[in-house]
Amino acid sequence: MSEATVNDTAPGQAASGSASDGAGAAAHGPGASGRNRPARTANLLYSETETELRAAVRELLTDKAPWRDVLARTETGQTYDDGLWHTLAAEVGCAGLLIPESLGGAGASYREAAVVAEELGRAVAPVPFLGSAVIATTALCAAGDTEFLPELASGALTASLAIPFAAGTRFRSEATVRLDAPQRGDERGDYRLSGTITGLADALPAGLLIVPVDSVPYGLYAVRVSESGVGKRPLVSLDMTRQLCEVRLEGALARRVAAGQAAEQAVAAALLAGAGVLASEQLGLAEQCLDTTVAYVKERRQFARPVGGFQAIKHRLADLWVAVTQARAAARYAADWLAAGFGPETTMAVALAKAACSDTALKAAQEMIQLHGGIGFTWEHPAHLYLKRAKADSIGLGTADAHRASLDVLANLPAPE
Amino acid sequence: MLSDQSAQGGNAPLPDADALRSQVAEFLAAHDPGSTERLEFLRARFDAGLAWVHYPAGLGGQGLPRSLQVVVDREFAASGAPTNHPERNGIGLGMAAPTILAHGTPEQKERWLRPLWTGEEIWCQLFSEPGAGSDLAGLATRAVRDGDTWTANGQKVWTSSAHMAKRALLVARTDPDAPKHEGLTYFALDMKQPGVEVRPLRQITGEAEFNEVFLTDAQIPDADRIGSIGQGWTVSMSTLMNERVSIGGNAMPREGGMIASAARTWREHPELRTPGLHDRLLRLWADAEVARLAGARLRQQLAAGQPGPEGSAAKLVFARLNQEISEFEVELAGGDGLLYDDWTLRRPEGANFFGRNPGFRFLRAKGNSIEGGTSEILRNIIAERVLGLPKEARVDTGPWKDLPR
Repeated sequence: MSEATVNDTAPGQAASGSASDGAGAAAHGPGASGRNRPARTANLLYSETETELRAAVRELLTDKAPWRDVLARTETGQTYDDGLWHTLAAEVGCAGLLIPESLGGAGASYREAAVVAEELGRAVAPVPFLGSAVIATTALCAAGDTEFLPELASGALTASLAIPFAAGTRFRSEATVRLDAPQRGDERGDYRLSGTITGLADALPAGLLIVPVDSVPYGLYAVRVSESGVGKRPLVSLDMTRQLCEVRLEGALARRVAAGQAAEQAVAAALLAGAGVLASEQLGLAEQCLDTTVAYVKERRQFARPVGGFQAIKHRLADLWVAVTQARAAARYAADWLAAGFGPETTMAVALAKAACSDTALKAAQEMIQLHGGIGFTWEHPAHLYLKRAKADSIGLGTADAHRASLDVLANLPAPE
Repeated sequence: MLSDQSAQGGNAPLPDADALRSQVAEFLAAHDPGSTERLEFLRARFDAGLAWVHYPAGLGGQGLPRSLQVVVDREFAASGAPTNHPERNGIGLGMAAPTILAHGTPEQKERWLRPLWTGEEIWCQLFSEPGAGSDLAGLATRAVRDGDTWTANGQKVWTSSAHMAKRALLVARTDPDAPKHEGLTYFALDMKQPGVEVRPLRQITGEAEFNEVFLTDAQIPDADRIGSIGQGWTVSMSTLMNERVSIGGNAMPREGGMIASAARTWREHPELRTPGLHDRLLRLWADAEVARLAGARLRQQLAAGQPGPEGSAAKLVFARLNQEISEFEVELAGGDGLLYDDWTLRRPEGANFFGRNPGFRFLRAKGNSIEGGTSEILRNIIAERVLGLPKEARVDTGPWKDLPR
């Protein structure tokens, strides 16, 4: 019998934390000291603090985001729930989880952020937690920002990294944005950006856009939406609980938050953290689909018995429960390694989690519809909200296929010549 | 369920890993593994409470958390000490011992656990019958009492190690008039007696890892009954729970298990690679790694005193992955996949799911979704006990003797 180590490296795989240290260590904030130590054993359980945080978020969402309200909001002009987001961000403190205490945040880690994401997935809540409090925040932390993070931590400002949701974690920049010449009256350190980026998630409610520009040097720029020359156009999206938009910049005033390698590392860290936390959102979604469906098949009667008594249904739900237990282990592994920093094992953990959770969430939503029968196919039932979120999430921040494909290098399983 | 720690009861501080290491060092100083006779060494290790530290004092342990066992095992392995050959007595160590510990009398524990642990007495399990597979509680082997002795008659099947075993865990029907779950009693049967005949049962791999066991007026002293008369089902359930933990519940390194040889072949033979196989391998590798993490999470839950129902998922996933990976491996092997190493009837000492060649692994894996509870039965268990879905309507109620067969 050997010890339960869960971080062994595969034969032929780079075992050292120094090799291809992917996104690099964040300048400060969660996991600032975080080099992956190969001997580390991941904690795959939930801590007491995490369980308390979950309870607070769930209570808020049960009260403020019942599915009928979420569904109704998708057909309004205000698809994001600003009131709910403000409460979650400022009062519960979710906006500043990943921001150091010195900048007004909670100095927590991706483990806590992942638990919040689970609950938001359970409720398909229309708030920009992933885009602002995880992805944009990680980018700013990694870039060493001190100007915007205090505003983000307090919930006064919401930010979005201007990279299409469908981009994978190896994405570098959108080539459609360029640096313009300075305008009259611009001060030293002011930049001007022009261009269009489309398919952005969680950018609609954002007051700050973090825009990568593939110039020389590669740069990461912050643009306040309130400045002139910034336009947003909502897109009719598959998942209207996380509505995408297009951003148009026309000589918009910008500040550079990072340049060169630092900017590239900030983008890579943000996308990796986003994919890892999104896996936990998918886990929460899958669990809610399972719970709802199990409850329904116990109530729904056909042939004078609950349909949940038929083996054809029991076995499908048993398989789904098994898939959820597997997905949970992967999601926790990713959250725990993200909390430790951005080394090769973190990249591996996120790839495994995003692949497993994408498949499981989609399967759960599809089973929810099928096992609800006719009612599950109606607009009046929440199943379609879950299906649409699950499908969109399975594409966002790298498909399951793309994440598995990254194992060719991570696990040394090379593709055919 | 009590955690290992709370089960200990007393207020004495737990010895930590360092204290255990020095205990082992003292033991090794007193019993030189190089010069002490093997059995003498093992018996002394048992008596020192260093056999299985989570067992009670006096029965080979010290009532410590199970997680500390690895410390002891590692120290003994490093010293080159003789082992008890756990691979030869999987049923004994994995199933019989916990059953005896939970349901045996003090006298039975005293009598059986030491020779079981040292490997002097191999155990096997006489549960399944030709007419009682998934429906184990329908079994028909009869045991009839006469004074202090029971006489057993019937046929058992799928018995690994029966040809080597000194003792067997036996479930037999003692009251045919009772409903089927209530008329069973659990015994320890002496296999070395005239009333027990063991025949090899050849399986699709060509080898005979299992046996059929015929009981013809086999004798069992009442002192070898485990649990009360009519409690056989309850005792059997605790044995089977341990079986499912022992299949698919072990700690593994990354790329342990069935995926190891598939990944190695992939790396060593670029000429065998195709895009379709690559996609399958990436899926299987990722699924195997996630299953490994789920196992690690389950053990963390147990160590934290939060046992969850996730254990029943482990065997289902293990069976599916073993089958899919071994199917992949035979296909990857191409022309070599058309060859087999040996069809002659072999008698292996234990189950080896990952051994021999890809063809053997492919065939042996077919048993993984049948042995130790079929995948279908496991899904029923998850659906009913974890998810709380309604049970199947039963038609097998009333006295066992009146059920249609």
